[in-house]
Amino acid sequence: MAEERILLDVKELSMYFPVTKGVIFERKVADIKAVDHISFYIRKGETLGLVGESGCGKTTAGRSILQLYKPTTGSVTFWDDDRGEYVDLVTLKGEAMRKMRRKIQIIFQDPYGSLNPRMSCGAIVGEPLKIHNLAKGKEYQERVEELLTIVGLHPYFASRYPHEFSGGQRQRIGIARALASNPQFIVCDEPISALDVSIQAQIINLLEELQGRFGLTYLFIAHDLAVVRHISDRIAVMYLGRLAEIANREELYENPLHPYTKALLSAVPIPDPVIEATRERIILQGDVPSPMNPPSGCVFHTRCPIAIDECKVTIPALRNLGGEGINEHWVACHRA
Amino acid sequence: MGTLLEVKALRTHFFTQEGVVKAVDGVSYDLQEGEILGLVGESGCGKSVSALSLMRLVQDPPGRIVGGQIMFEGRDLLGISEDEMRAIRGNRMAMIFQEPMTSLNPVLTINRQLSEALELHMKMDKNAARRRSVELLDMVGIPEASRRIDDYPHQFSGGMRQRVMIAMGMSCNPKLLLADEPTTALDVTIQAQVLEIVKKLTSEMGTAVIIITHNLGVVARYADRVNVMYAGRIIERATARGLYAEPSHPYTIGLLNSVPRLDEALKEKLDPIEGLPPDLVNLPQGCPFVPRCKFYRENKDKLQKCVETYPPLFMVGKDHMAACWVNVQTGGVRE
Ligand SMILES: Nc1ncnc2c1ncn2[C@@H]1O[C@H](COP(=O)(O)OP(=O)(O)OP(=O)(O)O)[C@@H](O)[C@H]1O
Ligand SMILES: Nc1ncnc2c1ncn2[C@@H]1O[C@H](COP(=O)(O)OP(=O)(O)OP(=O)(O)O)[C@@H](O)[C@H]1O
Ligand code: SF4
Ligand SMILES: [Mg+2]
Ligand SMILES: [Mg+2]
Repeated sequence: MAEERILLDVKELSMYFPVTKGVIFERKVADIKAVDHISFYIRKGETLGLVGESGCGKTTAGRSILQLYKPTTGSVTFWDDDRGEYVDLVTLKGEAMRKMRRKIQIIFQDPYGSLNPRMSCGAIVGEPLKIHNLAKGKEYQERVEELLTIVGLHPYFASRYPHEFSGGQRQRIGIARALASNPQFIVCDEPISALDVSIQAQIINLLEELQGRFGLTYLFIAHDLAVVRHISDRIAVMYLGRLAEIANREELYENPLHPYTKALLSAVPIPDPVIEATRERIILQGDVPSPMNPPSGCVFHTRCPIAIDECKVTIPALRNLGGEGINEHWVACHRA
Repeated sequence: MGTLLEVKALRTHFFTQEGVVKAVDGVSYDLQEGEILGLVGESGCGKSVSALSLMRLVQDPPGRIVGGQIMFEGRDLLGISEDEMRAIRGNRMAMIFQEPMTSLNPVLTINRQLSEALELHMKMDKNAARRRSVELLDMVGIPEASRRIDDYPHQFSGGMRQRVMIAMGMSCNPKLLLADEPTTALDVTIQAQVLEIVKKLTSEMGTAVIIITHNLGVVARYADRVNVMYAGRIIERATARGLYAEPSHPYTIGLLNSVPRLDEALKEKLDPIEGLPPDLVNLPQGCPFVPRCKFYRENKDKLQKCVETYPPLFMVGKDHMAACWVNVQTGGVRE
């Protein structure tokens, strides 16, 4: 259950990747604004879903929160249980950052590419224990076996190598590894997208069970809106590096305020032909623009069915049009 | 409307080091003119291979069509020469491949790739082919088509490439379009765009379509009829409405129950299908779904049959067949 305390507070976070040209020396010619001034918070024990189309910056957001990328702007304050105070991850360095890494983990998008093929399953899961000096000898062995059992794998799988596992099993290995250091916060980057439909539900149930058991807080990145609705307490919608809308899941699905959220929701087909036969859909025209050259004003205006002149000029601020606490409903649209 | 395609007991196997992969193993169905058929099933169950078999494009070696018939417009495609097949491919029957980037030639302009089929099959000259290509690009919603036509594939986004593939597929007004949906490459909004275009174009031209997808929602929205595949065979076949109203194979039931739905109340927990998809090299003798089947698990003593004999497709309703020994509606065991 989500508590009142805010575990993670992201403010004006941006991540620009430089585009360089040149043979003799590299010269910066532009920026890819993968993430552009996003702000949100996550309460302890909560799951915040992060959705949006491919390339809108979800993975980059997750990685810059974890300081796997050095953010271009912004702060990421995290409640440090040990110190009993908030710390800004962006300013942490050296040993302090290394210690912090234990508490913030990631489950990667690609179960095929994210596991080192030359390490055994046991070594992969146990690596964080070694890095952070958490267990040795017999205790280490026991902990690895325990972790494998927690994620529903046989302890004797420890000696096998990644290529001997299915996608679903590899994803479980990735989860066990993320859990090894007893983290408080995990970025789950599309943990089920690469899996078969029939396996996805297994992994979702597992993630939910682990959350209850260990009091975990999740940032859950996905593009399947039905899955996100199932697993999240609140949901943030991104478009082209910016936040379009954030609200609790009931509110977002029942009362979406941003035209992009509306289109996104209406594009999800429902597995029932009778419903689909009469369902109205908003089909967005055109393609997602390049983040190297994002549209002026509201980044969505080139595809927005209700855009007005102002949308082309002024960037809409993220405003709370809802109530307080869990009823907050943030939206960045001139017409909302 | 007549029958366009009739596939009978089609078997396509891959002869690999690990053994024989029975990717398609006794698949039979028919397709009416202008009909949209959905082909669903999990990764590796044989969807793409069954489509590639229709086009006779299975990689050989290691793959080979080892049995069956493919009756298309009255002819058995397995009995004609490669030259005759080439005249059908891209012309009467076209395919949109799962990986757009691998099926577009990176060193040729979009114009070259579109014009080629038009010049070959429609006997158009260069100028006419170009004009038609611009029209086609325009039809699939590429803005500024007359300018973009001289671009190369890498200058297009994933969704645009997918649309170019549709334009190519539709260029010669095929009678049958095979649309193998990319599994992860496309986004919901782009996917919706692409499928709406396919639906619109094919219904205007009376083209029959086989849509291959993992997504049960896509099938519900676009398909008239559905084949559900599991381990190289069709395990359930029905009209889209029939399938969703009364799913009759435990796998289909499990699949429908395991996905969260936007239009339903939130669930405390999802209801997954346990276990893993089967290994096509070592298929058990009986029903391949046995290790994951709820019905079997709960009634082992009464369902010895499931482990012994592969269940044939039973008629379970009007235009509705399922390959399961259990009558899931009555709870009875079939003979
Ligand atoms: N290391 C990098 N260098 C340069 N550009 C990058 C880098 N990583 C990501 N990008 C660009 O930043 C943008 C956002 O990418 P990101 O991977 O965060 O998207 P995403 O929302 O996670 O997409 P997907 O759903 O496909 O995983 C894209 O335009 C991408 O090409
Ligand atoms: N060239 C090949 N060599 C060996 N085996 C192959 C080859 N192509 C396909 N197979 C095997 O045939 C089976 C069916 O593959 P197919 O590509 O039809 O699956 P699919 O249902 O399309 O899956 P997906 O949803 O992942 O696209 C798989 O087990 C696959 O490993
Ligand atoms: S701000 Fe304007 S362009 Fe942007 S979403 Fe709202 S209405 Fe559309
Ligand atoms: Mg990503
Ligand atoms: Mg396939």
